[in-house]
Amino acid sequence: MGRFFGRRINFGDLVVQLLQVVVLVIVVVALYNTITTGRYTSRHWVSLIFAGLAQGSIYALIALGYTMVYGILRMINFAHGEVYMAGAFSTVFLAQHFASNGFLNAQPVLAITVLILFAALVSMAVAFLLERIAYRPLRNAPRLIPLITAIGASFTLQYTFRGFYGTQFRSYPEVTALRGTVSLFGYSIPIVQLVVLAAAVVLMFVLYWYVERTKAGKAMRAVSEDKAVARLMGIDIDKVIVTTFLIGGALAGAAGVFNGLYRPQGVYYFMGFFPGVKAFTAAVLGGIGNIPGAMVGGLVLGMLESLGPNAILEGLGIPGANQLKDVIAFTFLVLILIFRPQGIFGERLREKKV
Amino acid sequence: MSEARNNTAPSSVWKSVLRFGLVGGAIALYFCMVGMVAAFDQRFLVAGQLTLGDLVLYVGPFLAGLSTARALADRTAWQRLLFGLLAGAVAALPSILIMLFSQQVNIGAVFVSLSSPLINILTFGRGLPDGLPLLVGVFGLLGLLGAAYTFLSQQARNAVNLALLVIVTVALFSDIPIRVIEKYFSARVARAIFQGNALLPLSAVVLSLLTVGLSYFGSLRAAKKKVGESKKPERLILGRYPINQVLSWALVIAFLLVLPQTDRVLAHVMMFIGLYVMMGLGLNIEVGFAGLLDLGYVAIFAFGAYTIGILTTQAAIGTFGLSFWVALPIAVIVGVVFGALLGIPVLRMRGDYLAIVTLGFGEIIRLLALSDWLSPLVGGAQGIVRIPSPSIAGFDINSPERYYYLVLIGVALTAFLAVRLRDSRLGRQWMAMREDEDVAQSMGIDLVQTKLLAFAIGSASAGFAGAIFAARLGGIFPHSFSLIISITVLSAIIIGGFGSIPGVIVGAAVLVGLPELLREFNEYRFLIYGILLVVMMLTRPAGLLPTDTFKRELESLEEGDEGMNNPVSAGG
Repeated sequence: MGRFFGRRINFGDLVVQLLQVVVLVIVVVALYNTITTGRYTSRHWVSLIFAGLAQGSIYALIALGYTMVYGILRMINFAHGEVYMAGAFSTVFLAQHFASNGFLNAQPVLAITVLILFAALVSMAVAFLLERIAYRPLRNAPRLIPLITAIGASFTLQYTFRGFYGTQFRSYPEVTALRGTVSLFGYSIPIVQLVVLAAAVVLMFVLYWYVERTKAGKAMRAVSEDKAVARLMGIDIDKVIVTTFLIGGALAGAAGVFNGLYRPQGVYYFMGFFPGVKAFTAAVLGGIGNIPGAMVGGLVLGMLESLGPNAILEGLGIPGANQLKDVIAFTFLVLILIFRPQGIFGERLREKKV
Repeated sequence: MSEARNNTAPSSVWKSVLRFGLVGGAIALYFCMVGMVAAFDQRFLVAGQLTLGDLVLYVGPFLAGLSTARALADRTAWQRLLFGLLAGAVAALPSILIMLFSQQVNIGAVFVSLSSPLINILTFGRGLPDGLPLLVGVFGLLGLLGAAYTFLSQQARNAVNLALLVIVTVALFSDIPIRVIEKYFSARVARAIFQGNALLPLSAVVLSLLTVGLSYFGSLRAAKKKVGESKKPERLILGRYPINQVLSWALVIAFLLVLPQTDRVLAHVMMFIGLYVMMGLGLNIEVGFAGLLDLGYVAIFAFGAYTIGILTTQAAIGTFGLSFWVALPIAVIVGVVFGALLGIPVLRMRGDYLAIVTLGFGEIIRLLALSDWLSPLVGGAQGIVRIPSPSIAGFDINSPERYYYLVLIGVALTAFLAVRLRDSRLGRQWMAMREDEDVAQSMGIDLVQTKLLAFAIGSASAGFAGAIFAARLGGIFPHSFSLIISITVLSAIIIGGFGSIPGVIVGAAVLVGLPELLREFNEYRFLIYGILLVVMMLTRPAGLLPTDTFKRELESLEEGDEGMNNPVSAGG
């Protein structure tokens, strides 16, 4: 096929460039339509932005697990969404127990902390077993093999927890302290969104501090830079890798509880799949392997997903736009991987890893 | 596992007993908590003696005994047996603890499988405190068996494995032999061998002795033969085909043609297997030959099905009303075109990114099919119904058997195409690309063209399969086209062996046929797929029927430097 275009022009690049123009034109036209019709007020947009930020901070916490594991092992831990599910799904029972004996509403801060710790513990255990059983023996295998193992592990985990807890949807109880709204610059924002956002940001800063300032974090960065040299410097590679998985698991577990508080509709065995793929999108968006990138990527993706249906799809005159929220996220994933696989902050990583 | 020449120190002996025992116990507990043990307990393999659930439960303690005896290879036989027994007994601990704990705290409300039927199985119907010593005893015995297994020679082990496999297979699929025997002999013969769906104890013993004997002496004779004999020239038919091969192929073909006539359910299942074989052969071109891991393959299947749906439906949605035979080539062409279109943007990607993007594509297509936006065209969540069944010159294809033959033709076509492509210049280009893109390119292979051809040709069979699927069901719905189909097809390829055409057929038969025929498995089919994928990748990454190339590739990688720091690797 290359022949038709002559040898000079790379066919793939040409198509990608054309596609880029087409996508840009569509988005601009849609935004223009939406804004000129003026269907939504600024209040509506602000509430969408905060909902997006809260959802995005959950994606960001999961994305950190992807990004850290990729940074160290150069593999996509396809089963990371299931690590998140494991924490969220297991903790729902404890949360319901706390709600029924009144602990949750009497001591909300303490109860939620316990829930987060419990979810983190479960997710860490799953991440640990995943690394130990499925990934460690395959560290030197061709790249396709760990990837397929990860896909298999993902299904194994989903259906394992389905076997454990059944197929039913379970809901997190509502916390009365998180009900209601606060007024911020004249806009009323649900408290729960602010709390989730704040807690996620705190966790991210703790992680950033850990990786950048502690000795263990330094070892982690060294391993991600060059395993052979790191080993020569006396770093226990296995330990670093396990730590990475554990941290990623803990953050995913915490994200599971935040998700339960923020959107109590239901946890079930398949709940990890979509957030998992979206968090991966966030990680790629921020430049995979890049920790601050994953945080920003998550928040951007959350906002895009929340604003996209109203801002872009309705501008194109597509009915039932909110049904297509996931389509926006997936399309965004595809476009990011096509146009800018190195992500926003990932210029340096390009030749080495992609 | 320790490889010390001297006697292992006493403390490390106890350590390995405890370690392997607890791991075995964790495995047993896992199968209990996931619900497999209780769910499979209704299915007797040997009437009154052994259920499928027991078999699943016994894997853990058996492995514990086996691993312990292996780890203590330097000890005397008696010690190995003893420690195997102990490890087996230790394996009962986790289950016992959970059961006792469940008496104190109501964790049965959380773990749905931890119910009285399960406790009944684990205590052999004797209630909680009384049955526990028995559980320890049985698990210990299994540990002993596991340890004893290590004493067998390779031939004997193969024979035992085979006997177990034969018994389980015959008992699980007893429906088919029973129906065949009843049809062609008499019901009395069937009753003499089977009771209900299970083998009678006597027939199980006879069957296993027969298998062990045949296998053992067969392998002994084969070993003797190898030593002395020079190779006889094979007789050929038509100057180039060895007579044995021709005969066995003829047998297989006759089997495939006749078997569905015996039973309607079987015909239906074989039709489904055939659909997956078609898709597997197509995806094998992308994944197995060209090394492009495509997780969005179901999208092409959906395109094929929806093309048939839109073009032939008699419901209000369709305005075309074409016949199946006109729409079929269009469905294949639509599949090819979309396969190539989806291929273009991902040309520059490798390995894992490719997998995720194609997965994204697959989900986008499914969500769009489900949306209100496109529902005037594709029916939204209600799907497309009233798709007529195809007919040739007044001969309606409307029963499972007839669809089966239609699928068989499709399979034969795709298999022929796949074999010819594999041995063609293009096939060699794909494999070169799979092994190393950069080197392939520098050898003058046009990557763009080669990749797009892989996507396009691989998609053709999915379009074909989708078309038959739509006509067979008479109606299509968006949830039929979820990621799980891509994963099933991928699993079939991987279980069979990357790039291996017979492997795809075996893989599809195992992965699709088993759960369709065994209702017990259906609940756990995806769990089993997942476990199989992981276990296969860990133990036999080349698959059950591997191609020589892929085996070589893996071996060379294992010998070579650490692949971890090496971005250039197979399929990457």
